[in-house]
Amino acid sequence: MGEVLQITFFTLGVALLGTLLILPPGIALGWWLARRDWPGKAVVETFVALPLVIPPVATGLILLKLFGRRGPFGYFLERTLGVEIVFTWKAVVLATAVMSFPLLVRTARVAFEEINPRFEEAACTLGAAPWDVFWTITLPLGTRGLLAGCVLAFARALGEFGATVMIAGMIPGQTITLALGIYQEVQLGRDTEALKLLAISVVLAFAAVWLSERLLRGRTK
Amino acid sequence: MKSCRPIIVAFIALVAIAASATELTVFAAASLSDSLRVIAPVYAKATGDTVRFNFGASGTLARQIKEGAPADLFVSADELRVDQLEKAGLLLPGTRQTILANQLVLIVAAENAAPVSSLADLAKVGVKRIAIGEPATVPVGTYTKAHLEKLGLWTQVAGKCVPLENVRAVLAAVESGNADAGFVYRTDALISQKVRVAVMVPLAEGPKITYPVAVVRSTRAPEAAKTFAGFLAGPEAQKIFAKFGFLPPN
Repeated sequence: MGEVLQITFFTLGVALLGTLLILPPGIALGWWLARRDWPGKAVVETFVALPLVIPPVATGLILLKLFGRRGPFGYFLERTLGVEIVFTWKAVVLATAVMSFPLLVRTARVAFEEINPRFEEAACTLGAAPWDVFWTITLPLGTRGLLAGCVLAFARALGEFGATVMIAGMIPGQTITLALGIYQEVQLGRDTEALKLLAISVVLAFAAVWLSERLLRGRTK
Repeated sequence: MKSCRPIIVAFIALVAIAASATELTVFAAASLSDSLRVIAPVYAKATGDTVRFNFGASGTLARQIKEGAPADLFVSADELRVDQLEKAGLLLPGTRQTILANQLVLIVAAENAAPVSSLADLAKVGVKRIAIGEPATVPVGTYTKAHLEKLGLWTQVAGKCVPLENVRAVLAAVESGNADAGFVYRTDALISQKVRVAVMVPLAEGPKITYPVAVVRSTRAPEAAKTFAGFLAGPEAQKIFAKFGFLPPN
């Protein structure tokens, strides 16, 4: 049972960390896409959506090439900061963050688009600085949608498999998440263990989706 | 309409050929992937039978066969997985034979290699990560762990070991520099320009690595499967295996 608990908390921790990491850039980009027109917007939009549509293992391969010890980022990180990514828990966080990012950006964008721009314009005409407008008007009005986006991103992170297995491997006690654990246990012929992990994943996923549905529905009322 | 006739005749002929030839599905150890891909067309030319492969870690393949995967023939990188299937009654009795042997080697990247010239060096600080096969499912991992245990090194290096899903994943991890060193077979080391052998585990001291082949009981083409197994043990295939660095059994 100790192993199951370790895997569960590791997965929750990684998913939480991954979601927190993408929160600032995700919200910023969501707002930028919703509120501004700029050249190359369509390209950026498409690029950000890519992890949603290309196979997760393909995303994993790209990350492996970039963050591998001989890859451009991996080499730089190891030389300058002594940080190693591949085959460590950091690789799991990286993979889940990248895979969840498009979900967060899309939800954030929709959340911002649903806010009537007149509120923001009114605040501006009353003399509020753009930064104040964002913090006092835009962000509070979009909270519900943003929260739902976070929960969705978190849920996606909980189930990440393909990209994670490519870049983090399956190291017992170090990189094994619920999804990886299920696969691993089935490979080893330990179906009972796999079913335990499966049950936990279902419960967590159910809770996350239920929460995000509630948050989204609350907004339209 | 007349102009269609040759096409129709050709089509019927093709269908007839396809119907007479058997298509075999062979589950084979990942370390055999290159050599078997060379052997298959040779065999097809000689017999008309086509061979399809499912390559993977032998433990994974054995597990798939247990779950009823449609395999005709199983070529494993260790006797243990075949023992298990035999015990479960999933193999055709009397079809098992050992066709090849191999050798365990420690590899490092060809360039900027970690300073490793003996297995004991693996315990040094300069070696951060060692790629191995997952000991529970990948034969090369089982051999690696057993050998390091025998040398009393396992407890010192286990923390640095990254278990991967098959022998070629180990090779790839060392090639890319993501692992400092890795344990593979000599045949895997031979196919890559990007790695070099740091330590060859002497055959006499190392684990005995043999490749048994056996026909799966649920096969629909037992005769064709036996024929292919015989071909693998025969001189023509053995010559190709030898070219890839495999050793004869025993």
